[in-house]
Amino acid sequence: MEKSALPDPFEKARREKGIGQMNDQDDPVVMMLRHKDVRKCAHKWQQFQSAAEPGRIVIPSEVNIRKTRQIPFELDPPLHGVYRNVVEAWFKRPLQAEYQTLLRKQIEDLVSATIERDSLEAVEEFSLPLQSRALTLLLNIPYAEAETWISWGTHVFRSEGESLDGDKAKILYNYIDAKIDQAIENPGEDLYSILLAAEVEGRKLTREEIKGVMILTFAGGRDTVINAVTNSIAYFAEHPESLKRLRAEPEMIGRAVEELIRYFSPLTQMGRVVTEDTVACEQALKADTRISLCWASANRDAAVFEQPNQVILDRKLNPHLSFGFGHHKCLGATHTRQIMKILLLTLSQKVNSIDIIETRENIEDLGPFERKVGYHSIYVKFNGNV
Amino acid sequence: MAKITFITKEGESTTVEGTSGSVMELAVQNNIPGIDGDCGGVCSCATCHVHVAEQFTAQTGEASEIEQDMLELDDNVNDFSRLSCQITISEELDGLILQVAK
Repeated sequence: MEKSALPDPFEKARREKGIGQMNDQDDPVVMMLRHKDVRKCAHKWQQFQSAAEPGRIVIPSEVNIRKTRQIPFELDPPLHGVYRNVVEAWFKRPLQAEYQTLLRKQIEDLVSATIERDSLEAVEEFSLPLQSRALTLLLNIPYAEAETWISWGTHVFRSEGESLDGDKAKILYNYIDAKIDQAIENPGEDLYSILLAAEVEGRKLTREEIKGVMILTFAGGRDTVINAVTNSIAYFAEHPESLKRLRAEPEMIGRAVEELIRYFSPLTQMGRVVTEDTVACEQALKADTRISLCWASANRDAAVFEQPNQVILDRKLNPHLSFGFGHHKCLGATHTRQIMKILLLTLSQKVNSIDIIETRENIEDLGPFERKVGYHSIYVKFNGNV
Repeated sequence: MAKITFITKEGESTTVEGTSGSVMELAVQNNIPGIDGDCGGVCSCATCHVHVAEQFTAQTGEASEIEQDMLELDDNVNDFSRLSCQITISEELDGLILQVAK
């Protein structure tokens, strides 16, 4: 098998039963595996809620490491919409030409510097800096701030052993607290200041609410973006013909981004808490238990996608769920799509081929399933276009 | 060449001309409010939802199964709902009137 392949561990269970079951810190999860069921359950927020105890809809659960509610992520309609309205326009800024110009400069500089090197470990030395630098644009803060986030390493919440790491979470909370204090004292045009000035239902946001938005912004777009970028490098290393094709047909890049994001499914699943005894996919579900919406499985459902395990770069119909589905769909998707578009364009223009030297895969342990989501490390060499 | 009119939720009407591509792309190029086209037109995001004026449903045709599935769970869906990324611009669509769903 190709080193860049991400196998689908859910195929048999999805076909035969439509669900999977895993334990997670004694709070078991019934995983919805079919595209249709995942979308239906995402839609039925009255039965499958997000506004549960903070951290509980995340898998692995974060209830033991945080009390702050992530906003608008851990709210349900109609309150969810009230908070989402506050930040929606801000998270669409990546559509502006000026934002794209700055992002393009960041990514071009990184790719050019990478070509100059003999070899490098791409997770720490390519994907992490790329993600961190791009985040300065999303927050509208100075570029130099990225150095702090790079120094935190690849996971804000998780340590190397996959277990939840409360100490790392503390670093982020303390950091955000300090930044909110700075913005109170010296307001600017950054996201902290925007949130401090924002109003919901005729009052200012509380400090806890501002923290909730900022934590979500930092945590939601870290592992996910890093995996999407690293997996892209691995894919192009084994598919130089795809780089050539994108160079010749750059108009295809939008579709290629959607297809890679479908195939990678950087976020495997997201949980919901059942509010009343009900049934989904012929499975009886008890109130106050958890289900998950398994995006990664839905994205390989042969009932929806032809040749689901193939990367078909110009796939025309691609109703993937990698950014979630419905009113909770990813706020950072606009930013991530721009990162991926510019990355693909830049690689296709500047890079002729990529050699993989050595990899250590990142495998998620999901009870009966083991899913490769990316790499702990991948040593590569970029060969430039001469 | 086809002239296509978009009517927004606020009742504002804008008529623009297109020759090729999808109706979603035309709307995005002309900054029609309520049409975002986040996924670029691969039927993944449902941010280009429109209601086709009844007299034009024959010209725009029916939604595919995948498109119908997307629409089924979207807000404001009705019998005239389409995702505008799945409507290809042609001369046949000249005069088309679309109500933006969002």
